[in-house]
Amino acid sequence: MKYVDEFRDPELINNVSREIAHSVDPGRHYRIMEVCGGHTHAIYRHGLKDVLPENIELVHGPGCPVCVLPMGRVDDGLSIADDPDVIMTAFGDMMRVPGTRGTPLELKARGADIRMVYSPLDALRIAQNNPKKHVCFFAIGFETTAPSTALTLMRAKAQSVRNFSVFCNHVTIVPGIRAILDSPDMRLDGFVGPGHVSTVIGCRPYEFIACDYRKPVAVSGFEPLDILEGILLILRQLRAGEAKVENQYRRIVPWEGNLPALKAMAEVFRLRPYFEWRGLGFISQSALKLSPDYAAWDAEVQFEVPGVRVTDPKAAQCGEVLKGVLKPPQCKLFGTQCNPEHPVGALMVSSEGACAAYYRYARHEAGVSA
Amino acid sequence: MCLAIPGKIVEFDSVQPMLAKVDVAGVKRNINIGLMEDEQLALGDWVLIHVGFAMSKIGESEAADQLRMLRALGEDELAIEEVRGYSFAEHAAGQNPG
Ligand code: SF4
Repeated sequence: MKYVDEFRDPELINNVSREIAHSVDPGRHYRIMEVCGGHTHAIYRHGLKDVLPENIELVHGPGCPVCVLPMGRVDDGLSIADDPDVIMTAFGDMMRVPGTRGTPLELKARGADIRMVYSPLDALRIAQNNPKKHVCFFAIGFETTAPSTALTLMRAKAQSVRNFSVFCNHVTIVPGIRAILDSPDMRLDGFVGPGHVSTVIGCRPYEFIACDYRKPVAVSGFEPLDILEGILLILRQLRAGEAKVENQYRRIVPWEGNLPALKAMAEVFRLRPYFEWRGLGFISQSALKLSPDYAAWDAEVQFEVPGVRVTDPKAAQCGEVLKGVLKPPQCKLFGTQCNPEHPVGALMVSSEGACAAYYRYARHEAGVSA
Repeated sequence: MCLAIPGKIVEFDSVQPMLAKVDVAGVKRNINIGLMEDEQLALGDWVLIHVGFAMSKIGESEAADQLRMLRALGEDELAIEEVRGYSFAEHAAGQNPG
């Protein structure tokens, strides 16, 4: 228990971990997926595996937005930045994600005008300050960031800012989970549901996991105690033969979500019929595009985006790791060709990516075995 | 991006009601509160912030939890850097990041 001293209340942690030990059937192997990359980060950081019984396996889910973006979309976005009249803007994480021609940061070093922003509103402001240029925002993220993009676009429309557009790569978490449930090589017993995504979408969208697939879900916070309590809720349901959605993170997550945020998303976005996720392939209705009312601000309408499909470098196993089929160190490139300084895949870039988290915290204790 | 930043509301903007000034560990910046219309926000309230937008109202102890969690994950400095980087509503002195 390497990090146990830093736990807020080691006593509480010990109690929950004892209760977990009581709730497991020793003859059974449990596979529980934490959907959110923030959870993955916390699980490695706190060495939570060490306070769980051996027969509970935590499987990392697809909840890291830069990780699930296929390389082709990075290339597509960068093709817009090739236009000398364009200023491309993106969040910091996105700046280091490799496309086939390099990362946005490398392209910037070669002369493209690509700027990091912390908020989509900053991108809009750059457009207002540079009326002779066109400013495009490379939008990524699940429902934690999609409402912000929506509000920014509503503002651009209200103020008739015509030199601004959004290259929309927002994805929605629920179809991603459904794809994993439908995947033949996945056998999961329950889900630790994402915390902050759920402040926006609420808990109701996860009900199909319990109703249709009979798997427990516990929406959980990010502290060690939260995650362990979430796991305990799942184990109790399994023992009682139940499947329902529980909200461990009630202090933050309202059951109904944030209605104004959902309304803003409904106003600005439409579901794409399908969208490619790295590792998971094409998933129907899993991503957002701009509604026709916002075509004037839609980079995919305003620019000729090639729509390329690029497969990951051969030895890279980002897809398998994203699906939870492999653990990060089982990828042949892990720690050698692929490391945080020279990431081959996005999972090594973002702190929410499983490979980066594993590299930072778990590499030394586990050797190379998973 | 997915981990929210807790901020305390220290000022409302009478000209632009969509904005409020928050204090995040001593750094004061304007954020957008347009998604909080279902909540009654008052000075001293705490909110969770994602990419410049308040997403939910929380209690003071939850805010402290959240800050400690960011610190434990080594994300606290990044969070403060992010808040410092919000330049969309800084009058005149606003600079373009990047
Ligand atoms: S180690 Fe690198 S290449 Fe391998 S799965 Fe992780 S990010 Fe992808």
